[in-house]
Parts: sequence; structure tokens; C-alpha cells
Amino acid sequence: MKIKNQNSIPSKYVLLILVVVCGILLGAERFMDGGGPLSWVANYTVIPMQKGISYAGTWMSDLTDNFATLKDLKKQNEQLQSKVDQLTIDNTRLNQEQYELQRLQQLYKLDQNYGDYSKIGAHVIANNGTNWFSSFTIDKGSNDGIRKDMNVLAGSGLAGIVTEVGPDYAQVRAVIDDESNISGMTLSTSDLCIVRGDLKLMEDGRIRFENLPNNDHEIKVGEQVVTSHISSTYLQGLFIGYISEINVDSNNLTRSGYITPAVDFSNLQEVLVITTTKEDMTKQSGTDSKGE
Amino acid sequence: MKRKLITACFIVVCFLLQSTVFSKLQFASIRPNLMIVLTSAFGFMRGKKTGMAVGFTCGLLMDIFWGNVLGFYTLIFTVIGYLNGSFKRLFYDEDIKLPLGMIAVSELAYGLVVYVCFFMMQGDFHFGYYLTHVILPELVYTILVTIILYQIILYMNRKLEAEEQRSASRFV
Repeated sequence: MKIKNQNSIPSKYVLLILVVVCGILLGAERFMDGGGPLSWVANYTVIPMQKGISYAGTWMSDLTDNFATLKDLKKQNEQLQSKVDQLTIDNTRLNQEQYELQRLQQLYKLDQNYGDYSKIGAHVIANNGTNWFSSFTIDKGSNDGIRKDMNVLAGSGLAGIVTEVGPDYAQVRAVIDDESNISGMTLSTSDLCIVRGDLKLMEDGRIRFENLPNNDHEIKVGEQVVTSHISSTYLQGLFIGYISEINVDSNNLTRSGYITPAVDFSNLQEVLVITTTKEDMTKQSGTDSKGE
Repeated sequence: MKRKLITACFIVVCFLLQSTVFSKLQFASIRPNLMIVLTSAFGFMRGKKTGMAVGFTCGLLMDIFWGNVLGFYTLIFTVIGYLNGSFKRLFYDEDIKLPLGMIAVSELAYGLVVYVCFFMMQGDFHFGYYLTHVILPELVYTILVTIILYQIILYMNRKLEAEEQRSASRFV
């Protein structure tokens, strides 16, 4: 029986068949949204195991954290306390400005508020196993209302965008990934630029920005960069990072440089997924203006 | 049947390790490539068909979870498995030079194909950088891991082979 099995089909034909299957898969990608039935199978086989490993890992790192000394904790507590004080002061000031802004917006009938997007929390359960790309898997999927192109935050900054959704998992492409390309904006001067990830900078944890107009606006190191209003997939005003280096390009028309992202990608555990996509917002505002 | 199950277990465990544990064990943000070790090792140990089957499964998993296009890694790994399988005649248990060499070459080929398809095609010609900062470090780390992982695969293969011979002789 064994011998019969070996001689059934010559292996080069098997190779040919598999290559054709791969070709079909490559072509079918256009028509089916991320894996199709395969992602369903993966959802019930690999994802639960990844979740298990990731929870065990979190539990163990929590355990080692418990051994942090009292002295360290006290010091940290002091620092945090002073920070809380500082933030409370800032917060009251900002609140006042917020009220003023609301009043003025009402006067102008501009009630689009960019700050309050509804969000879902999710755990990062696995990373991209290759050295070429930087993406991660989260433990929420279409069953929890996650859809493609939703923006993902970690802490206060933009972490990435959902590229593929399964029933109970979703793939997120990180901001530092080589294929990531975001339309950004400097916070103080509202100048537009292109923020793109670069594998060559991934090691240092930096990203590049380009095409910032070389106008009279002075932009210094430390300037905050947020997502812009013209981006088709990213919501406006999400914090990307601080400019760490800025140079005038040789064409003298544009400036480029580097950004230190607000998110620490080497140690990402919890993320927030914004449940509104830019597409929803543009559709919504489209129907609103029609109604008027 | 038992062999197939154990092989599937190997693939899944290595896949899980690579996407979870090894992201904590990175050196200079480089992690080893366990999938290539598996594909290559099963290829030259068991022949072209097993190599292709393992490569296909590994590639498919990678495509679903890490890939940008479905079918890309599947194609590379199937071909790598096949090519490694054609070296089965040269394979001896005791010799570790051939496995290390084969895995290194497979790893290098994988790195080059990914670079050409995803970076060079997009007009990124810093080949020297990618070679010295991604492809070669990954190769070295993979070889280091191979030395351990290969022993486990080899041990499993010997055990199964002995078992199969026993059950075969029982029939004769």
C-alpha cells in the first residue's frame, strides 16, 4: 500500500498543482475579503491557541512586575502625583477653552466633534512573525463589531489600522510598517505632510515624514504631528508622534525628517479600536448636507 | 497518520512560538524563521511530497496571519519544500552540515524573494542595507535556532521511523 502511494502521482505534478493553487489564491485575493473561508478556519484553530499563549505571557509578566521594589514604586508614585497635579491644572484650563470653543462652534453651527470617538479595547495576542513587516493580531473581530479600515490607538497615539478581519480576530498594520502611508498634519500650523513607515528606521523606532511645504511657518523639533483632515482612511486629529529631526529638501520647496511615534511598538499589549471609520463619517456628513 | 498529526503539531507549535514568544526574544529586532527550518528539514528528511505539504501548510498559515497577499508565502514555501526534497538522497542522519547548509540557502532564497517582491518592486533599491540588517542577521539567528530545533525534529523522525519499521515487520 505504501509503495502504491509513493508512485501515485509524480511529485513534479503535485508541485505544478500546488503552484497553480497558489496562483489562483493570489488572483482570488482581489475578490474575496481577506482569507474568506480560510480565515474562518483559522479563527477556530490558531486564534484560541494564540490567545492562550498571550494570556499566559501577560500573567507571567504581571508576576515579575509584582517583584518591583517598594522604593521604585514610591519614586514612581511621587512622579505620577506631580504629573497628576500638572495635568489637573492643564485640564481645568483646557476645559475652559473647551466651553468657549463649544460656544463659538454653536455660533458657527459647527458641531462635528473629533475628540469623542467611541472605542473598543482589545488585547494584542500575536505579532507578525517575519522581519519584513510590522503588524499584529488583536483578539476582537467582526463578532465585536470590528471592520476593515478602523483606526487603532494605543495609549494616546495612533498605533495602526485594521487591514483584515476574522470572526474573532483582526490584523492591524502598525504605523511603523513599511507599507504604512498616512496623511499627516503639524498641529500648530496645520501644514500637511505624508507620514510613512520605513523598515530601515523600524529598528530605531522612528518613522519618516515627507512633503511638508517649506513655507514661512517655523516648525521645530518636538512639534506634534496628527492625522490630517484629507486622509481617506484615518480619522482627523489622531496623534502620530513628535518631530525629532527636520530638514529642508534639496528642492527647497518641501521639508522632510523623522517622527518619534507616540506608541511604543516593542511592548504593545492593549489597544483601543475606534469603531467609526472615516468612510462612515464622510458618508454621514454627505447625507447631512443633503438633508439641509 | 500518526506522523501526519505530529508534523501538523510541529507546524502549529512553531508558528505560535514565532508569533508570540520569539517577539520577546528578538536580537536587534530580528527574530528567527522557524517555518523555513521546518519546511527545509521535512523536505530533505522525507522527500519532495512531504516537503511540499509542510511548505504549503506553513506558507498558508503565514499568508493568513502575517501576509499582505494570500498565496505569496504559500508559493515560496511550497517551492522551497520541493527543492529541499530533491536533496533527500544526500541526507544522512549523522551529518549536520547538509541540513545547516540547506536551511541557510533556503533562508537566503526566502529573504531575497521577499526583498525583490515587496521592496525592489516598489522602487526601494537599498539592497545592501536589507542584506546586512535583515536577511543575514535573520539567517544567523535561524541557524542558531536550527541547531536546537533540528535535533528535536531528527529525534522525532528517528522514533517514528523505528516504529514504522516495527509495525511493517510485524506484517511480514
